[in-house]
Amino acid sequence: MIEIKDLHKSYKMGSNVLHVLKGIDFTVEEGELVAIMGSSGSGKSTLLNILGMLDVADSGEYTLDGVPIKNLNETKAANYRNKFLGFVFQSFNLINYKSAMENVALPLYYQRVPRKERQERALKYLEQVGLKEWATHLPSELSGGQNQRVAIARAMASEPKVLLADEPTGALDSTTSYEVMDLIQKINDQGNTILVVTHEDDIAHMCKRIVYLKDGVIVEDKKVKQVRASEYV
Amino acid sequence: MFDLERWQEIFDTIRKNKLRTFLTGLSVASGIFILVILLGFGQGMQNGIAHEFEEDSATSVWVWPGTTSKEFKGLNPGRTIQLRNDNYASSLALFGEEIEYKSPRVFVRNLKVNYGKEALVYSIQGVSYDFQFIENAKMADGRFLNYQDEVSTAKVAIIGNKIKQDVFKEVETPIGEFINISGVLFKIVGVYSEREDREEERIYIPITTAQRVFNGGDRLNNMSFTLPVMENFDQAVVQAVAFKEDLQSHLQQVHTVAPDDTGAIQVWSALEEAKRYYSLVGNIKFFFWFVGICTIIAGVVGVSNIMLIVVKERTREIGIRKALGAKPWSIVGMILHESIFITAISGFAGLIFSMGLLEIVGPYVEVDYILNPSVNFIVAISTVLVLILAGVIAGFFPAWRAATIHTIDALRDE
Repeated sequence: MIEIKDLHKSYKMGSNVLHVLKGIDFTVEEGELVAIMGSSGSGKSTLLNILGMLDVADSGEYTLDGVPIKNLNETKAANYRNKFLGFVFQSFNLINYKSAMENVALPLYYQRVPRKERQERALKYLEQVGLKEWATHLPSELSGGQNQRVAIARAMASEPKVLLADEPTGALDSTTSYEVMDLIQKINDQGNTILVVTHEDDIAHMCKRIVYLKDGVIVEDKKVKQVRASEYV
Repeated sequence: MFDLERWQEIFDTIRKNKLRTFLTGLSVASGIFILVILLGFGQGMQNGIAHEFEEDSATSVWVWPGTTSKEFKGLNPGRTIQLRNDNYASSLALFGEEIEYKSPRVFVRNLKVNYGKEALVYSIQGVSYDFQFIENAKMADGRFLNYQDEVSTAKVAIIGNKIKQDVFKEVETPIGEFINISGVLFKIVGVYSEREDREEERIYIPITTAQRVFNGGDRLNNMSFTLPVMENFDQAVVQAVAFKEDLQSHLQQVHTVAPDDTGAIQVWSALEEAKRYYSLVGNIKFFFWFVGICTIIAGVVGVSNIMLIVVKERTREIGIRKALGAKPWSIVGMILHESIFITAISGFAGLIFSMGLLEIVGPYVEVDYILNPSVNFIVAISTVLVLILAGVIAGFFPAWRAATIHTIDALRDE
């Protein structure tokens, strides 16, 4: 599903050049649930941003579902993001003046899905994350865990090839963290490919594979026995 | 434009930011309002001045004698010039072909005038039958003086409408009534009306009667002429100035007045005066336009300023939208759509309000030289369109900047 070869990325910080990714080779198969771990500054978020086409690599190859991702301009990137990817952020990134349902329906608006169908599909995904009766509420009227579930519903609404989650539990307490991970596991059980960036060990062990990043290189890449989050809920 | 979702998007944003939207709208609406009011008063001034000049025929030329102020050919300064019938006749002989209407005038002063027992205090003027056209007087009743009256020194009088209203309240019509001027009975044969009341407080009698019956001799108080109307205003002014100068130098020669002694024989041309006023009005209008356009520019700057703030405030939202697959042009479109909507609504609100004010208050404005301020609808509409266009251009740059920010930077924006 995802194939990257010799990926490099550096940032200019004034006169210094900060080499963040120093040649990453990495493959993800369809249906995997991969945790990317590492301390802060290890380059894990940068890797996820490049995978999510929110950022562009300096060199290296990136193939997503057989499509080589290169020469991106904003319009092209927007197209790919809309077609291939769903995002879940640490800070939810919901639009605060839109109701839960409108937030979930937004990616479908950019897919030119008709209004009525958008609403139906948004409700369906809200039901999947157990928030159907909260559909008309604004993000400010929901708890953090609920907001993250709305964000997951939004990410799933466009039926992406890959779900990218950047510290999805970073702003949540452990109980709600496990609820969110339970949801992510269930979505993975349906066959969706998911990448989770985290620095929490317990969250990482709820995935099927853990990739450790340190100073811009992969130091370890191992399959693990998945811990079901439902055991903790 | 007809995308329902985008309209809802805009209404959502507007509802959430009432104050911001109101302030943007206010700056646009007040810009339009001030411009329209200024233009309206510019037009009002033009109307008012045109109105002032309509009282007399636009092409009239008046000759008033005065006192010499310069020594000339052995004659002392300080002589009072007296116009006489000869001067009138010689002027006609010389310039008759250029003239359309002509009339000498004599003021008959210090005479008792009675209608029945009532004493009248109105000025009595001896004029010729053309005088009606020089003064632009309309006949409300009866007729004006005619050639026959003049030849036969008829004892007939024409009165102004105001006199009719003040004095002849009891009778159905003053026509056929007699007034007693210093013991001589004059029959009223006509009532004229003019634009202004004070111009209707005169009694006209034939010039010949005025001179002969009241010992006027051949003395005249002034002379008036009109020139034929010409299509081209500037050409008409040139013609009037030439006529004025010829007439003046002729009369100066006859009365032995120094050619540069303009006070002795004054010739006044309505057209020349009008030109002076019209160029003044032109300058004032230009100034109003200038102020108005500056106001509009201030409005545009205000709108673009607010658009910048709006975009800054929504940077994170734009980042989210882009992460979800919004293309740069759809972001630009969304922001511009909002900016056009606000400028259009408030621009037209300002337009309707100011035009309404001009419509309602305009006709009641009664100041000298300002009459019925109004504004050309096409001009007003195009101003609003210009403002909307300016809003689009002003909104485009922040919108484009926002749309091309790196999504990741936009998402980090707090």
